Amino acid sequence: MFIFSVKLIVATFRRPFYFAETKEQMYHIGVGSLYLVVLTGIFAGQGFALAFSNELADFGAKDYLGRIMTISIVRELGPVLAALMIAARVSAGITAEIGAMKSSNQLSALIAFGIDPIQKLGVPRLLALLFMVPALTIICDIIAIFGGWIIAAFIAHISTTLYWAAVKERLIFGNLFIGILKPIIFSFVIAFISVYKGFSAEGGTKGVGKATTESVVLSSIIILVVNFFITKVIFSLIKGYL
Amino acid sequence: MIEVKNVHFAYGERPILTDVSFKVDSDESVVVMGPSGSGKSTILRLILGLECPQQGEIIIDGQNICAMKERQKQEIRKKIGMVFQDGALFDSLSVWENVGFYLLEHTDMPLDEIGERAVEMLGFVGLDAEEIVDKLPEQLSGGMQRRVAIGRTLLSTDPRVMLYDEPTTGLDPQSTENVLGLIKKLNVEKQISTIVVTHQIADAISIASRFIVIVEGSVAFDGSLDELRDSTDKKVREFLNPFRESFNEVTERKFI
Repeated sequence: MFIFSVKLIVATFRRPFYFAETKEQMYHIGVGSLYLVVLTGIFAGQGFALAFSNELADFGAKDYLGRIMTISIVRELGPVLAALMIAARVSAGITAEIGAMKSSNQLSALIAFGIDPIQKLGVPRLLALLFMVPALTIICDIIAIFGGWIIAAFIAHISTTLYWAAVKERLIFGNLFIGILKPIIFSFVIAFISVYKGFSAEGGTKGVGKATTESVVLSSIIILVVNFFITKVIFSLIKGYL
Repeated sequence: MIEVKNVHFAYGERPILTDVSFKVDSDESVVVMGPSGSGKSTILRLILGLECPQQGEIIIDGQNICAMKERQKQEIRKKIGMVFQDGALFDSLSVWENVGFYLLEHTDMPLDEIGERAVEMLGFVGLDAEEIVDKLPEQLSGGMQRRVAIGRTLLSTDPRVMLYDEPTTGLDPQSTENVLGLIKKLNVEKQISTIVVTHQIADAISIASRFIVIVEGSVAFDGSLDELRDSTDKKVREFLNPFRESFNEVTERKFI
């Protein structure tokens, strides 16, 4: 998979560039995953806010809810949840589509007609994910923090001004940097795994099904593992900015 | 001219072809037959340079295709058209986009002109272009898909050799006749060499002058129809026995 990933990166910088395919994939990945990310953000944000507000009330620190919500959502929850949702929906689709094309000889036909299938099919999906995963993560973050405000204002009875002031206070460079870096790395993870699994699918329909399942499971696990290491490494590198 | 020279090929640990050698001259029409899994389709993939043998060479016009860089292979592939099993049409593209695929990808030709050439090609392969041009491949019958695939290959390059992988498998008799007629027409009228992989004896006899039988990854027979009928090779007879009736129907002399 490492060699395949290198080929995919190299192909990104080689002509021809498939702008139309990239645009189509951006629409498919971005717009198609929007409802998932919005629903995930709103309910995860509300759930977190509910749990934290009760806990903080015991210490008389309810006013810190906005602060905690921002840190946990921007740094951890938003990127991971958005990436997991996108991985579940998109990586299955990418692997199944490319795998089906392989089993019906369409990939061989592309080569026969002078087209590099990695460049034609892999690169547009990688680029679309690179743009869309961060964008969807930002939307997920905003929706989750908004969900937290609903709980803060109507259930925990925290002042709206206080909540948003705390949110604003924690929207600092370090948190935003982690919040953007993670989805960029996750988009590589989803693209490498899903495209590779599609290209390496063997054994007809059954093989494509197996590759699709492996793609979703592997993407999800790797996202969680990579998330831990990014947090660990970045936390020690930019601790002064957090 | 195509020469397959002492080719050994395996998928991982599983051997597919063992010391396979044969030549195909210009304008020749050759059928490669053999039981399922004998490595027939692999031979076509090797000729097109989609796979490379572990041992041996595939020589196209005096050059070993596997020793070439991808760009050089592409130049060779312009001389070789391949019609894959089941057509391998791009299922997200319409019929005209499939037929004009090469022109859409590799030229700056206006879309109108590509459309016109696609329609012209669909007419050449015997299809009602107006009716199907905007349809998706899944909306076509198997026979139509094969003919669209042939049209796509012809409009892509100006092939001197056509490779057909099981072109009539799964087709009804009328569609089979149409596809075989088209293969013969291309061979005779356009002097395009033909290599057809099939296990349909009747189809093989109707389109080819030379027959290669592959059994268990090796060439068990290479010769004319008469020589095939008279072959005493045990493997060849075992392969032909189940098709005795079809064989007798299409040949004058009985195969015993």
